Amino acid sequence: MNSIKFLYAAYIATWLIHALYLGTMVRRYSRLRQQKKNLGTGGK
Amino acid sequence: MKRVFPILAVLTGLLLAYAFYEAIWVAPMERTMGDVQRIFYYHVPSAWTAFLLFFVNLIASVIYLIRKNAKADAVAVVSAEVGVVFCTVVLVTGPIWARPVWGIWWTWDLRLTTTLVLWLIYVSYLMLRRFSDSSQTPKLAAVLAIFGALDVPLVYFSIWFFRTQHPQPVIGGGGSIDPRMLHVLLINWLAFSCFAFLLSWARYRLEWLQREVEEAQALESLLGDGLAAPTRAPLDKTSSRTGPQ
Repeated sequence: MNSIKFLYAAYIATWLIHALYLGTMVRRYSRLRQQKKNLGTGGK
Repeated sequence: MKRVFPILAVLTGLLLAYAFYEAIWVAPMERTMGDVQRIFYYHVPSAWTAFLLFFVNLIASVIYLIRKNAKADAVAVVSAEVGVVFCTVVLVTGPIWARPVWGIWWTWDLRLTTTLVLWLIYVSYLMLRRFSDSSQTPKLAAVLAIFGALDVPLVYFSIWFFRTQHPQPVIGGGGSIDPRMLHVLLINWLAFSCFAFLLSWARYRLEWLQREVEEAQALESLLGDGLAAPTRAPLDKTSSRTGPQ
Protein backbone atom coordinates (compact mmCIF):
# COMPACT_ATOMS: atom_id res chain seq x y z
CA MET A 1 0.00 0.00 0.00
CA ASN A 2 1.52 3.32 -1.08
CA SER A 3 0.24 5.17 1.95
CA ILE A 4 3.09 7.60 2.61
CA LYS A 5 1.54 10.30 0.42
CA PHE A 6 -1.65 10.13 2.51
CA LEU A 7 0.43 10.54 5.66
CA TYR A 8 2.14 13.63 4.20
CA ALA A 9 -1.23 14.97 3.03
CA ALA A 10 -2.79 14.60 6.50
CA TYR A 11 0.13 16.26 8.32
CA ILE A 12 0.36 19.10 5.78
CA ALA A 13 -3.43 19.63 5.91
CA THR A 14 -3.31 19.82 9.72
CA TRP A 15 -0.65 22.53 9.76
CA LEU A 16 -2.26 24.35 6.85
CA ILE A 17 -5.53 24.62 8.82
CA HIS A 18 -3.68 25.91 11.90
CA ALA A 19 -1.62 28.33 9.78
CA LEU A 20 -4.78 29.68 8.11
CA TYR A 21 -6.40 30.19 11.49
CA LEU A 22 -3.31 31.95 12.84
CA GLY A 23 -3.31 34.12 9.70
CA THR A 24 -6.92 35.20 10.30
CA MET A 25 -6.08 36.02 13.94
CA VAL A 26 -3.10 38.17 12.91
CA ARG A 27 -5.23 39.96 10.30
CA ARG A 28 -8.03 40.62 12.81
CA TYR A 29 -5.49 41.87 15.37
CA SER A 30 -3.93 44.31 12.85
CA ARG A 31 -7.37 45.61 11.85
CA LEU A 32 -8.45 46.13 15.46
CA ARG A 33 -5.19 47.87 16.38
CA GLN A 34 -5.71 50.21 13.44
CA GLN A 35 -9.32 50.87 14.48
CA LYS A 36 -8.21 51.56 18.05
CA LYS A 37 -5.53 53.94 16.79
CA ASN A 38 -8.06 55.75 14.60
CA LEU A 39 -10.41 56.09 17.57
CA GLY A 40 -7.60 57.64 19.58
CA THR A 41 -7.00 60.27 16.89
CA GLY A 42 -10.70 60.96 16.35
CA GLY A 43 -10.91 58.81 13.22
CA LYS A 44 -8.32 60.90 11.29
CA MET B 1 2.05 38.08 31.08
CA LYS B 2 3.73 39.56 27.98
CA ARG B 3 6.93 37.65 28.78
CA VAL B 4 5.22 34.36 29.66
CA PHE B 5 3.46 34.00 26.30
CA PRO B 6 6.61 33.91 24.09
CA ILE B 7 8.29 31.47 26.49
CA LEU B 8 5.26 29.17 26.40
CA ALA B 9 5.09 29.54 22.61
CA VAL B 10 8.72 28.40 22.24
CA LEU B 11 8.20 25.48 24.67
CA THR B 12 5.04 24.42 22.82
CA GLY B 13 6.87 24.64 19.48
CA LEU B 14 9.61 22.38 20.83
CA LEU B 15 7.05 19.96 22.24
CA LEU B 16 5.18 19.85 18.90
CA ALA B 17 8.47 19.20 17.06
CA TYR B 18 9.33 16.40 19.51
CA ALA B 19 5.83 14.92 19.18
CA PHE B 20 6.19 15.00 15.37
CA TYR B 21 9.56 13.23 15.62
CA GLU B 22 8.05 10.56 17.87
CA ALA B 23 5.06 10.07 15.55
CA ILE B 24 7.15 9.70 12.39
CA TRP B 25 10.35 7.99 13.53
CA VAL B 26 9.85 6.44 16.98
CA ALA B 27 6.33 4.95 16.97
CA PRO B 28 6.34 1.37 15.61
CA MET B 29 4.77 0.77 12.22
CA GLU B 30 1.31 -0.81 12.34
CA ARG B 31 1.35 -4.19 10.55
CA THR B 32 -1.78 -3.97 8.38
CA MET B 33 -2.06 -0.24 7.64
CA GLY B 34 1.62 0.69 7.41
CA ASP B 35 2.68 4.36 7.58
CA VAL B 36 -0.81 5.73 7.02
CA GLN B 37 -1.68 4.67 10.58
CA ARG B 38 0.60 7.50 11.79
CA ILE B 39 -2.19 9.94 10.84
CA PHE B 40 -3.76 8.64 14.07
CA TYR B 41 -1.18 10.68 16.08
CA TYR B 42 -2.65 13.91 14.71
CA HIS B 43 -6.28 12.81 14.22
CA VAL B 44 -7.02 11.43 17.71
CA PRO B 45 -5.27 14.20 19.77
CA SER B 46 -7.07 16.82 17.64
CA ALA B 47 -10.41 15.13 18.41
CA TRP B 48 -9.68 14.95 22.15
CA THR B 49 -8.60 18.61 22.15
CA ALA B 50 -11.76 19.65 20.30
CA PHE B 51 -13.89 17.75 22.86
CA LEU B 52 -12.02 19.46 25.70
CA LEU B 53 -12.61 22.89 24.17
CA PHE B 54 -16.30 22.18 23.62
CA PHE B 55 -16.51 21.13 27.27
CA VAL B 56 -14.92 24.46 28.27
CA ASN B 57 -17.47 26.17 26.02
CA LEU B 58 -20.30 24.35 27.85
CA ILE B 59 -19.02 25.35 31.31
CA ALA B 60 -18.46 28.98 30.24
CA SER B 61 -21.95 29.11 28.65
CA VAL B 62 -23.61 27.79 31.81
CA ILE B 63 -21.68 30.33 33.93
CA TYR B 64 -22.74 33.08 31.54
CA LEU B 65 -26.41 32.06 31.76
CA ILE B 66 -26.28 32.03 35.57
CA ARG B 67 -24.11 35.09 36.27
CA LYS B 68 -24.18 37.13 33.01
CA ASN B 69 -20.41 37.32 33.30
CA ALA B 70 -18.74 38.92 30.25
CA LYS B 71 -15.49 37.00 30.83
CA ALA B 72 -17.38 33.69 30.74
CA ASP B 73 -19.03 34.82 27.50
CA ALA B 74 -15.61 35.63 26.00
CA VAL B 75 -14.23 32.24 27.09
CA ALA B 76 -17.25 30.57 25.46
CA VAL B 77 -16.64 32.30 22.11
CA VAL B 78 -12.91 31.57 22.20
CA SER B 79 -13.26 27.88 23.12
CA ALA B 80 -15.92 27.33 20.44
CA GLU B 81 -13.77 28.94 17.75
CA VAL B 82 -10.56 27.08 18.60
CA GLY B 83 -12.62 23.89 19.05
CA VAL B 84 -13.99 24.27 15.52
CA VAL B 85 -10.43 24.58 14.18
CA PHE B 86 -9.43 21.29 15.86
CA CYS B 87 -12.69 19.61 14.79
CA THR B 88 -11.91 20.72 11.20
CA VAL B 89 -8.54 18.97 11.49
CA VAL B 90 -10.38 15.80 12.61
CA LEU B 91 -12.81 15.98 9.68
CA VAL B 92 -9.99 16.52 7.17
CA THR B 93 -7.46 13.98 8.46
CA GLY B 94 -10.12 11.28 8.96
CA PRO B 95 -11.03 10.95 5.26
CA ILE B 96 -7.33 11.15 4.27
CA TRP B 97 -6.75 8.10 6.51
CA ALA B 98 -9.96 6.37 5.34
CA ARG B 99 -9.16 6.53 1.60
CA PRO B 100 -6.21 4.07 1.63
CA VAL B 101 -7.57 1.96 4.52
CA TRP B 102 -11.30 1.68 3.73
CA GLY B 103 -11.05 2.51 0.01
CA ILE B 104 -13.49 5.43 0.43
CA TRP B 105 -13.14 9.01 1.59
CA TRP B 106 -16.36 9.14 3.58
CA THR B 107 -19.23 6.97 4.75
CA TRP B 108 -22.37 7.97 6.66
CA ASP B 109 -21.21 5.96 9.65
CA LEU B 110 -22.58 7.05 13.06
CA ARG B 111 -19.22 8.33 14.36
CA LEU B 112 -18.46 10.30 11.21
CA THR B 113 -21.96 11.73 10.91
CA THR B 114 -22.22 12.82 14.56
CA THR B 115 -18.78 14.46 14.28
CA LEU B 116 -19.92 16.37 11.18
CA VAL B 117 -23.11 17.41 13.03
CA LEU B 118 -20.98 18.56 15.98
CA TRP B 119 -18.85 20.69 13.65
CA LEU B 120 -21.97 22.17 12.01
CA ILE B 121 -23.52 23.03 15.40
CA TYR B 122 -20.43 24.95 16.51
CA VAL B 123 -20.04 26.64 13.11
CA SER B 124 -23.67 27.83 13.48
CA TYR B 125 -22.82 29.00 17.01
CA LEU B 126 -19.95 31.10 15.60
CA MET B 127 -22.13 32.44 12.78
CA LEU B 128 -24.76 33.46 15.33
CA ARG B 129 -22.09 35.30 17.31
CA ARG B 130 -20.68 36.93 14.20
CA PHE B 131 -23.81 38.08 12.39
CA SER B 132 -26.39 38.79 15.10
CA ASP B 133 -26.39 42.27 16.69
CA SER B 134 -29.13 41.60 19.23
CA SER B 135 -28.37 42.06 22.94
CA GLN B 136 -29.87 38.59 23.40
CA THR B 137 -27.19 36.96 21.18
CA PRO B 138 -24.87 35.81 24.01
CA LYS B 139 -27.84 34.22 25.81
CA LEU B 140 -29.11 32.48 22.65
CA ALA B 141 -25.56 31.33 21.83
CA ALA B 142 -25.11 29.96 25.36
CA VAL B 143 -28.31 27.89 24.98
CA LEU B 144 -27.15 26.65 21.56
CA ALA B 145 -23.77 25.73 23.11
CA ILE B 146 -25.52 23.57 25.72
CA PHE B 147 -27.39 21.69 22.96
CA GLY B 148 -24.15 21.40 20.97
CA ALA B 149 -22.34 19.89 23.96
CA LEU B 150 -24.97 17.15 24.12
CA ASP B 151 -23.56 15.86 20.82
CA VAL B 152 -20.05 15.37 22.30
CA PRO B 153 -20.89 12.22 24.36
CA LEU B 154 -22.91 10.95 21.39
CA VAL B 155 -19.80 11.27 19.18
CA TYR B 156 -17.52 9.71 21.78
CA PHE B 157 -19.73 6.77 22.76
CA SER B 158 -21.11 6.07 19.28
CA ILE B 159 -18.34 3.50 18.70
CA TRP B 160 -18.85 1.95 22.15
CA PHE B 161 -22.55 1.24 21.86
CA PHE B 162 -23.12 0.83 18.12
CA ARG B 163 -21.52 -1.29 15.44
CA THR B 164 -19.70 1.23 13.23
CA GLN B 165 -17.02 1.19 10.55
CA HIS B 166 -14.84 3.52 12.62
CA PRO B 167 -12.07 1.76 14.63
CA GLN B 168 -12.79 0.98 18.29
CA PRO B 169 -11.52 3.39 21.00
CA VAL B 170 -7.83 2.91 21.85
CA ILE B 171 -8.34 3.65 25.54
CA GLY B 172 -11.20 1.66 27.12
CA GLY B 173 -13.89 0.16 24.93
CA GLY B 174 -13.06 -2.79 22.69
CA GLY B 175 -9.79 -1.55 21.17
CA SER B 176 -6.19 -2.11 22.25
CA ILE B 177 -2.90 -0.37 21.55
CA ASP B 178 0.83 -1.08 21.76
CA PRO B 179 2.26 0.77 24.83
CA ARG B 180 4.85 2.53 22.62
CA MET B 181 2.06 3.81 20.37
CA LEU B 182 0.08 4.95 23.42
CA HIS B 183 3.14 6.85 24.67
CA VAL B 184 3.48 8.69 21.32
CA LEU B 185 -0.27 9.35 21.23
CA LEU B 186 -0.21 10.93 24.71
CA ILE B 187 2.83 13.09 23.86
CA ASN B 188 1.03 14.36 20.77
CA TRP B 189 -2.11 15.05 22.80
CA LEU B 190 -0.07 17.01 25.35
CA ALA B 191 1.57 19.00 22.54
CA PHE B 192 -1.75 19.76 20.82
CA SER B 193 -3.39 20.67 24.15
CA CYS B 194 -0.59 23.17 24.87
CA PHE B 195 -0.97 24.54 21.34
CA ALA B 196 -4.76 24.87 21.82
CA PHE B 197 -4.18 26.67 25.13
CA LEU B 198 -1.85 29.17 23.45
CA LEU B 199 -4.27 29.72 20.57
CA SER B 200 -7.10 30.25 23.06
CA TRP B 201 -5.02 32.69 25.08
CA ALA B 202 -4.17 34.76 22.00
CA ARG B 203 -7.78 34.63 20.80
CA TYR B 204 -9.05 35.69 24.25
CA ARG B 205 -6.88 38.81 24.14
CA LEU B 206 -8.16 39.48 20.64
CA GLU B 207 -11.75 39.11 21.87
CA TRP B 208 -11.18 41.71 24.59
CA LEU B 209 -9.53 44.08 22.12
CA GLN B 210 -12.54 43.68 19.80
CA ARG B 211 -14.96 44.43 22.64
CA GLU B 212 -12.91 47.48 23.69
CA VAL B 213 -12.93 48.85 20.15
CA GLU B 214 -16.69 48.22 19.75
CA GLU B 215 -17.40 49.93 23.06
CA ALA B 216 -15.14 52.87 22.21
CA GLN B 217 -16.84 53.23 18.82
CA ALA B 218 -20.26 53.17 20.47
CA LEU B 219 -19.10 55.76 23.00
CA GLU B 220 -17.61 57.96 20.31
CA SER B 221 -20.77 57.88 18.20
CA LEU B 222 -22.88 58.64 21.27
CA LEU B 223 -20.61 61.54 22.29
CA GLY B 224 -20.83 62.80 18.73
CA ASP B 225 -24.61 62.81 19.06
CA GLY B 226 -24.22 64.39 22.48
CA LEU B 227 -22.49 67.44 20.97
CA ALA B 228 -25.52 68.01 18.80
CA ALA B 229 -27.94 67.37 21.67
CA PRO B 230 -26.22 68.22 24.98
CA THR B 231 -29.15 67.15 27.15
CA ARG B 232 -28.60 63.46 26.32
CA ALA B 233 -27.18 61.34 29.14
CA PRO B 234 -23.60 60.00 28.72
CA LEU B 235 -23.06 56.29 27.92
CA ASP B 236 -23.13 54.04 30.95
CA LYS B 237 -20.28 51.62 30.21
CA THR B 238 -21.63 48.99 32.61
CA SER B 239 -24.92 48.75 30.72
CA SER B 240 -23.38 46.65 27.95
CA ARG B 241 -23.70 42.97 28.77
CA THR B 242 -21.41 41.88 25.99
CA GLY B 243 -18.75 44.52 26.57
CA PRO B 244 -15.81 44.24 29.00
CA GLN B 245 -16.73 44.64 32.67
